[in-house]
Parts: sequence; structure tokens; C-alpha cells
Amino acid sequence: MTDHSSDIDSVSGKSTTGHEWDGIKELNTPLPRWWVITFYLTIVWAIGYWIVYPAWPLISSNTTGVFGYSSRADVAVELANLEKIRGDKMVALGAASLADIEKDPALLALARAKGKTVFGDNCAPCHGSGAAGAKGYPNLNDDDWLWGGTLDQIMQTIQFGARSGHAKTHEGQMLAFGKDGVLKGDEIVTVANYVRSLSGLSTRNGYDAAKGQKIFAENCAACHGDTGKGNQELGAPNLTDKIWLYGSDEASLIETIGQGRAGVMPAWEGRLDPATIKAMAVYVHSLGGGK
Amino acid sequence: MNKAVNPNELQPADDSGPLYAARKKVYPQSVSGTFRRIKWTLMAICLGVYYFLPFVRWNRGLGAPSQAVLIDLPNSRFYFFFIELWPQEVYYFTGLLIVAAVALFLMNSVGGRIWCGYLCPQTVWTDLFYAVERLVEGDRRERMKKDKSSDPLKLERISEIVLKHSIWILIAWWTGGAWVLYFSDAPTLVKELVTFQAPMIAYIWIGILTATTYVLAGFMREQVCTYMCPWPRIQAALTDEWALNVTYRYDRGEKRTSVKKAAELRALGQQVGDCVDCYQCVAVCPTGIDIRNGPQLECIQCGLCIDACDNVMAKIGRPKRLIGYDNDINIHRRQEGKAPIYRIVRARTVVYSAIIAAVGGIMIYTLATRSLLDVNVLHDRNPVAVKLSDGSIRNAYTVRLLNKSGYDRVIAIDADGPVNSTVHVVGVDSVTPDRPMIVIPRDSTSELRLLVTAPADNNPEKSIPVRFHVTDIGLGVVASATDNFVSP
Repeated sequence: MTDHSSDIDSVSGKSTTGHEWDGIKELNTPLPRWWVITFYLTIVWAIGYWIVYPAWPLISSNTTGVFGYSSRADVAVELANLEKIRGDKMVALGAASLADIEKDPALLALARAKGKTVFGDNCAPCHGSGAAGAKGYPNLNDDDWLWGGTLDQIMQTIQFGARSGHAKTHEGQMLAFGKDGVLKGDEIVTVANYVRSLSGLSTRNGYDAAKGQKIFAENCAACHGDTGKGNQELGAPNLTDKIWLYGSDEASLIETIGQGRAGVMPAWEGRLDPATIKAMAVYVHSLGGGK
Repeated sequence: MNKAVNPNELQPADDSGPLYAARKKVYPQSVSGTFRRIKWTLMAICLGVYYFLPFVRWNRGLGAPSQAVLIDLPNSRFYFFFIELWPQEVYYFTGLLIVAAVALFLMNSVGGRIWCGYLCPQTVWTDLFYAVERLVEGDRRERMKKDKSSDPLKLERISEIVLKHSIWILIAWWTGGAWVLYFSDAPTLVKELVTFQAPMIAYIWIGILTATTYVLAGFMREQVCTYMCPWPRIQAALTDEWALNVTYRYDRGEKRTSVKKAAELRALGQQVGDCVDCYQCVAVCPTGIDIRNGPQLECIQCGLCIDACDNVMAKIGRPKRLIGYDNDINIHRRQEGKAPIYRIVRARTVVYSAIIAAVGGIMIYTLATRSLLDVNVLHDRNPVAVKLSDGSIRNAYTVRLLNKSGYDRVIAIDADGPVNSTVHVVGVDSVTPDRPMIVIPRDSTSELRLLVTAPADNNPEKSIPVRFHVTDIGLGVVASATDNFVSP
């Protein structure tokens, strides 16, 4: 560098850098010292940072730094803590009986919160996020239950499912009376109209009620009962109420009787821990339809 | 900076000059008098309230905090003596801020920067720090001399400096310490603090406030008011010609002469000003200005120059209040030989007072009549309605009950909706059919799932309003909320 301390601009009285363009000289205006010091400090800081924290990428990993810090490890610790906090509460839930959970406001709130989350993750694809169900997938808000609506019955259904293949699963299905050749076409139509009449729905003109009753008694009453009230042991629905899983119109009924029905509810035992299944049973029961 | 600028003396714009004006250190002299007494009193009150309020106890019953003023962040509650506020009642603070702002405007239109001069924390703490400085290092002249002295530091001087800063830091530390006591039970926190068992956040906040107090009151002082605070600018826009301000009555003061010369001239029957140019008003000023240059941005109107001048006037046998609370209108009136007039009641003071009264009145009214029992209802969205096996329709609601009182309540829920409908709360076995009864613990909320069922033979229209009444069985207090009952 040239020494230009003697090179003083006559107008401002400041020194110049010695650079000159067509007689115009550049004033020497150095950065303020505090600024320069701060700048150097940031460099020192950055070097220190490289040393103590993970910084430089290597071929397949990166420098780890002498502090051994890892954001992934931080997350792992946080998650472990969360599990611990949840664990304590879930133990209380696991220890209490289903009935006691519903009686204890704190446990009920916990079970409902936990149940709602787990329901959203596991059950909502079929039953809907609000458990309103769809055709073939029961609405869990109402008071009509294929396999029983008490806390224990709901829990059993969640644990082992229906026609799920689990050793303890609910068995029993609606046979395909048409496809299997048990009933002929006109018989199916007749019995379908008879079933409609059970719950007070209108019937087709010229339908023979006596014949319908006879067909029902011979083929259906074994599961659905003489009066069509159903049988929860077999998952046979009550045919006298207002709730129809597959529809109550004649065409749907003919399809149901002709083709049969055998919806599957998976077994959740083994996939969800017992306390979670308990929470879910309480949640489903508390939706409003529980017995 | 403090001298009146003569436009003719202004230099043409010079871009080579520094943009930074170095601070001229201020050495306020001690003074006694009316305004000094007012300032000591207000300082004692302000600091006394700030430092000791957290220790005031208030009995709210078992299990509730017994601190009179407490900001309980973990439980989101604010306690102020008999008042307990929940987060959703934050509008009371909005009202308080409105009242505070308008009160500031009112002060300003009545007596100028009363807030700045007597009550602002910056003024109060700076004043306290100056008092310490004066006690340790001596008055104005001694301090100036000690600062100017280029002698090598002697032990005595070093111990003075160390003592001064130690006391300052002690005060600053106490200030930070008092701050955190507002956020936790004070006696417990003090015990935890001294045994190093208090939460880290408490120490951090004490550290922050110790640092700000020490720096703002010990070093930045009047620069905070002059450069950092927006209020001097705002108040200048809010003032009017009738507002009383600390004013040098130049009608009385000019022309300035010496005591001796004034006596001679008066003997000859000539008109002489009372100001003897003793510079006492400048010496005592905590912002280092000369009040005789007229109203200035830097002036916090603490009134100390009034005391200083009064003392001088008493000594030379002239009437007091050459500097006093006054305005330019009256100076002109006196110059014209008319009697001064003071107008405290004028449009702006009336409007400000009315706003304060209105907002304050609304706040007090709502606070006095607010319900300590509240209910919010949220209709289930999915499904909105459920058909039951017997054909009846059921709607489900999430009901949130708020019990803001200091005791448990037994409440009953009724629903005014579809004809012959029934109400059930999940998890509640009602003794009285269709009238669920629940206990809500004191100072808490309960969230319940409530089911309303309309019978099959009386299915309502697509959507009809349903009103929920929550009745405190013991006290008969009722809260209600409205929602809809929907049919599929």
C-alpha cells in the first residue's frame, strides 16, 4: 500500500486514497473501528462455531463438533420425554375398568382425547372422521349395534374384529340366498317386501304377506329371530328398526338377500396396545349410542 | 445544542461534519423546594408500590393464590386484589391502556409533561441514581472537578467509584428482582432465589432488568428522553397554547442584569428584569438545558429549575416564580398590562375527561356485572345429526362450562329445543332424569359431551334453535347459549 497520509484533500481536509480519475480524488473514508472489530469477531465466532458444532459436510457424513451436539438426538430426547409423560397417564387408563373411566371426568377426558386421535388414524377411513359411517360401514353415533353396544362389547369388537380371521373374532354372515340357489327370484322379492313391512315401510302391490312370512320363518328367522329383532350374538341386525346398513329400499334388500353380506372389521389387538383399545372403546361408547 | 440558534449564524450545509453529537455529561446540582419535595414524595410512592406490592397478601380461599397482584402465566390468570381475570377478558387491559393514554393526553393539556417530570420510571430511577451519585461523589462542582481531574486515580477516588456503581447495581438488581415477583408467589420465589432453586427464567429476567436499569438510569439518563422516547414528539403535537408548562417568565426576567446593577437602576426608577443570570436553573437541570431559551424538546418539566430560581429570588428579595407553570398567552397579557387567565376547562380537557369517564365507566360496569358462570356450545359437525333405531333424532354438542368463581358449583343443564326432547351428558348419571347435574370445580372449565334427542313421533323441522340453560343449583345463577338442532 502506498502511504498517502500526506495526500490531503484541500476542500474537506481529509486524506485521500491516492486514486485519481480525471482530477477527481477518492476520499479515504475507512470503516468505523467498532464495525471492523465486530466483523473480525464474527469471523472468530464462526471458526469457533465450526469447531464446537457440526459444520462441514464430508463424503458420507459431516464433522460432529467437540460439543457432540445433534438436533436429531434432541428430538429423540423430547420424544422419549413425551412418551414418558403419556406413559404415566396411559398406565392409569390401562388400570381402570371401562365403567370407572366413564365415571371419572379426568380419565374420561383423557380417553376421549386419546380415542379420538387413534380413531382418526385407524378407523376414520371406513367409519368416517366423525364415526358417521357409510353404506356397509356402521354409524357409531347411533344406538343400533350389530355386535352389542355396551362398553365391553364395543371393546371386544375392536379387539377381535368381525370376520377378521382372528381366532376370537365375531363370526356369522348374511348368506347369499340367491347366488347359492336357496331362494328363487320371486321368493327373494316377496321376502324383501316382507322385511320392509317389519319396520313399517311400504310394500309392493300384490305382494303376498303370508308367503313372505313363511319364507322368512324358514330361511331368515334362524338368525334374525321370529319377529326380525335380530341377534347380536351372530351379528344379525334388527330388521324392525329405522337403521339400515346397506339401505332399506327394495332393490338394496334384494341385493342383500340375493348376494349376501359379510363386511369385515379388522382385529386391532396386537396392533394397538390394550390401553389405547380401552380409550377407543370409551370414545366410541361416548359418541352417544353406547348402551 | 441548548443555545438558541440565530438563523444568520447558520453555516451552509457541510457534509464533512460529523453526524454524531457527543453527549455533554450533565451534573445536576442538588436543590430544595416545593417541587423537589413533590418529586421525593412521588418517588417514594412509586418505588414503594413497585418494590413492595408483590408482598401484599389477599385471601382468596384455600388453594387459590394469596398474592394481591399476581400475573399467573402457567395457569393464565391475572389477579388484582378482588379481581380475577381470564385470558379471554384481555379487553380489560385494552380499556386500561386507553384510559392510560388519554390520561397522559389530559395531563399534557393541563400541566405539560407531568408524566415525564414526576412519574415516568426513567425519571424516577434516574433521579434515584443521581441522588446516590451525589451522596457518594458530592454535588455538582465536586463531581465536575473529579471527572475533569487528570491526576492518577487514588484509592479514595477508586473506592468512591466502586461504591457508587455497587449501590447502583444493588438498586438495579432489586428492581429486576421485584419484577419477577409479580409473576410468582413472592415469598416463595424469594426463598427459592436465595437458595438458587428458582427457575432459570427468573434469573434471566432479573439479569435483563438489572442490566437495563443500570444502563438506562446510570448512563443513558436524559438521552433516553431526548433520543429514544417518542412521547416528547407526540406531546408536542398534542399541546395547545393554554396548556401550562414550566416557563421562564421573560416578561419579568428580561433584561437580565447583575444584582448590584439592578439595584442601582431600580433606584433610578428604571425598568429592570428580575433574572440575575445566576445560572442556577441550568445547574439543577437533569437534562442540562437552559429553560430561559423557551420550551424545548429536552425539557422533561420536572420543576427543579422553579425551586432553584425561587431560592435565588428569595435571597435577592424579589417575588418568587420567575420560572413557574405558565403559558405564552399570559406572558403576553402581562406585557400588555392585563391580568393572566388560566383555562383548565376547555374543549380538549373536557373531551379527554369524558373519554376517561366513559371508558372507565364501561370497564367498571362490565367488571361489576360480568358473569362468573359461562357456557359455550359447539355443535358436532360430523355427523350433524344421528338417526336412532327407533327413528328419533339426536344431535351432539360440545359444551364448555366456565366457573370463574372461587368455589365449586353444582349446575344443572336444561335444553330448550325440540318438543319433548331429552338431554343427556356423557359420563353423567343424573339423579333427576333429563336434567343432568354436574360439579364444576372452582376457577376452572369443564368440557362435556351433551346429547339432545328429539322423539320419533315429533321430528322437528330441518333446523330449529335450541337454547341451553346452565343453572347454579345453589345460587340460582343462570348462563345460557344458543345453537341449532338439525335433522338429517
